[in-house]
Amino acid sequence: MTDTHALDATRAAPSAPLAVGMRDIVKRFPGVLANDAVDFELRRGEVHALLGENGAGKSTLMNVLAGLYRPDAGTIEVDGREVEFQSPRDAIAAGLGMVHQHFTLVPSLTVTENILLGLREPRFRLALGRYEARVGALAEETGLAVDPRVRVWQLSVGEQQRVEILKMLYRGATILVMDEPTAVLAPQETEELFRTLRSMTERGNSVVFISHKLDEVLAIADRITVMRRGKVTAAGVEAAGMTKRELARLMVGREVLESLEKVAREPGPAILELDGVGAISDRGLRALTDVRLQVHSGEILGLAGVAGNGQSELAEVITGLRPCSGHISVNGKEVANRPVIEVIEAGVAHVPEDRTGTGSAPNLSLTDNLIMKSYRTRPIGRGWTIDRVVARHRAEELKEAYEVSAPSVDTEARLLSGGNLQRLILAREISSGPGLMVAVQPTRGLDVGAIETVHRLLLAQRADGTAILLISEDLDEILSIADRVAVIYEGRVSQPIPATQADVAELGLLMTGVTPSGAVPGDDGGPRTSGAAA
Amino acid sequence: MPRRHLLPVRIVAERRLEAPRGLGLLTTLGGIVVALVISGVLIAVIGGDPIGSYAHILRASLGSSGVLSDTLVKATPLIFTGLASSIAFRMRLWNIGTEGQLLMGAWGASAVVLFGLLPAGTSPFITLPLMMLAGFGVGALWAGVAGWLKARLNVNEIITTLMLFWIAQRWIQYWVFGPWSEGGFQMSPRFPREAWLPRLTDFASAVPDLGGLTVHLGFVLALVAAGLIWFLLSRTRKGYEIRLIGDNPRAARYAGIDIGRNIILVMLISGGLAGLAGASEISGVVHRLQDNFSPGYGFTGIIVAFLARFNPIGVVVAGIAFGALILAGREIQPAGIPAMIQGIILFCVIASDVFLRYRVRLEAR
Repeated sequence: MTDTHALDATRAAPSAPLAVGMRDIVKRFPGVLANDAVDFELRRGEVHALLGENGAGKSTLMNVLAGLYRPDAGTIEVDGREVEFQSPRDAIAAGLGMVHQHFTLVPSLTVTENILLGLREPRFRLALGRYEARVGALAEETGLAVDPRVRVWQLSVGEQQRVEILKMLYRGATILVMDEPTAVLAPQETEELFRTLRSMTERGNSVVFISHKLDEVLAIADRITVMRRGKVTAAGVEAAGMTKRELARLMVGREVLESLEKVAREPGPAILELDGVGAISDRGLRALTDVRLQVHSGEILGLAGVAGNGQSELAEVITGLRPCSGHISVNGKEVANRPVIEVIEAGVAHVPEDRTGTGSAPNLSLTDNLIMKSYRTRPIGRGWTIDRVVARHRAEELKEAYEVSAPSVDTEARLLSGGNLQRLILAREISSGPGLMVAVQPTRGLDVGAIETVHRLLLAQRADGTAILLISEDLDEILSIADRVAVIYEGRVSQPIPATQADVAELGLLMTGVTPSGAVPGDDGGPRTSGAAA
Repeated sequence: MPRRHLLPVRIVAERRLEAPRGLGLLTTLGGIVVALVISGVLIAVIGGDPIGSYAHILRASLGSSGVLSDTLVKATPLIFTGLASSIAFRMRLWNIGTEGQLLMGAWGASAVVLFGLLPAGTSPFITLPLMMLAGFGVGALWAGVAGWLKARLNVNEIITTLMLFWIAQRWIQYWVFGPWSEGGFQMSPRFPREAWLPRLTDFASAVPDLGGLTVHLGFVLALVAAGLIWFLLSRTRKGYEIRLIGDNPRAARYAGIDIGRNIILVMLISGGLAGLAGASEISGVVHRLQDNFSPGYGFTGIIVAFLARFNPIGVVVAGIAFGALILAGREIQPAGIPAMIQGIILFCVIASDVFLRYRVRLEAR
């Protein structure tokens, strides 16, 4: 594949003064050239998307801009003046604020206290009331609706993000760098964020929007800079003239298959059967109500829904991680409320929602992570002992077959990128030869190339006759690979319909709780009895 | 924006993507060297001669077969308790009451002798294994209480194991002041010879060179225990489960591992090893149960475990090193110095971890 023709920024006539000009930025990490002579220009009043796969160097570039890293070479200008930041404090003083992917808020403090944290201003006596009024005024003025007196732990993720933005604005930032801000947001919250960003740029602020999601970039950005492997492949092109396909090519460096081969297949017998399943969430609220569901051999059942409607609990109930009421059977064997090990032995594989928190052991080697489900049985487990030679050999095979890129099978799992870690988890789960696979948000946070791999692997499993329950927030994903589609809303699962007959608008309505009469089984239309759940 | 800086360079720390092989050992050794330098300065400040002191410590602990033997005697309980801490800490189970389990193990071994269950003159081949078994068993049960509470009711094991130590101490005092007291002294009668772990000096009649060497069979048992624990952790299914739970309990649950059962099991093993420390100490060295026979071997074992980074083979090395320090403490004045060196070494070794996780370099401003 020929390398991309770098698109030139000068085509678009500069219509506004430059807010930021970065030239020939070089940043090295041990063994990696993260930024290789990168140029980046941000104009006043624009949303500029920085697009690229994981590890392309986007975050590094912006961390350099925000004063977190010092470049090995290159210059930075802010509002036409050359600057050299020693720390984030210098960057903020120059009007540059960065909102990180992982928030830096103290949950037990109030919004105002969080915003004041680290400032010199309230010297000793904390006259909180005065500052609350100021924060409130700023929130109103900028349209970032949030109560300055409320404690952060009580806020939703979207609201916490608003606090992070407010924090930067309060410090006088006029240039805002948002590092993958939508990764943690539900679809509606994303739209709200976009409105906020728009209104900010209308007032002359500038926004850098780091992302690897093509739809979002096209929806919000005025201009786009694409990075691949530390280099810029498209510098500041106008978003209006771009297509998803073109962006994907610039990002990945090759044509990305938009449509996946999906063999026609008659579904086999029902593998997973749920009947009248209910469960309680960690907070003690009703998470699942009377769930009835069947997944057949050789089919993918897509379960769509906005996060927090009982998806996690449903997956945990099926895989034995959470107690429940009702009946769950796998291949005719009752598994509800059975120990996890019995569920695994019944042939259930689980690609968990939280790859690092549940799906892997960060400080153990790839080998140890790959044998998590197979260490008990031959040939790896021999009586009391583990055959390290066989385990290692097996791990090397899986690493090769699933293209887990790492120096060796002794590498610790925490060093893997998101896509590689997901390939490792899929390698482990698929190689267990499951009858049922429960995959929860399997492509969340992955880049285009990795998403394609995950979809290909799931479809291959389907072709092999595995029953797959795909739980996802991404409607496009569900509609492109699922055979049947159901929607989960407030712990209730709708009657599945064939994906070919599914209508995006109608599914969207179901996801927000607008139910055409009779579509939700078990809902008698009477007042909800969930009580505290409201 | 002008700002004054104290140094013309700044310290830059970058997260390591991967720690090179052998770096762990290197940073540990580096930490020890730094600790010795700091201790040296302190020795100099109080008017001592650092080089001379260190030379003396070496001579007094490793300089001849006699003192080397004494060092190994001191190292024996430390290896056992270091292993006890290591296996529990590997699972992030903070059993800090190994001292209590050590005492209970000593009590269990004594009970075999002092309850008179065995007729006088029973073969040592029966007496000694029974004593070791009782030591392991009672120590295991003592820690098992904390393990059971943790597994079933999620009671903090740091509190329970520590409190159980205080109870164990009073328990020993009750027996040595009361039922087992020898003529009102706070100690039990001397054990009969068949309850003594064989020492090298016991064979002096055949090999005269062994005369006066008090290192006993307990040291060999400690080495065997280290080998077994190493095998358990790195080569068995149980060991894999322990490592997995230690690194990520949620992943372990996801992999179908019963965490509660493993907590109890590991507590039993940990307490048993600490119990063996007590049993081998009274059977191999003290030859009777008495109050305060342990100068805190359990607590020092925690330091040994950290120094060894919870590696069973490392525990043997660290145990011997600390045995040497304790021995030298009898020799050099003021005697507080070795304890101070211990503390500084632990400090520096734990602090040196930063070099494992970060690449640190200096950069000109």
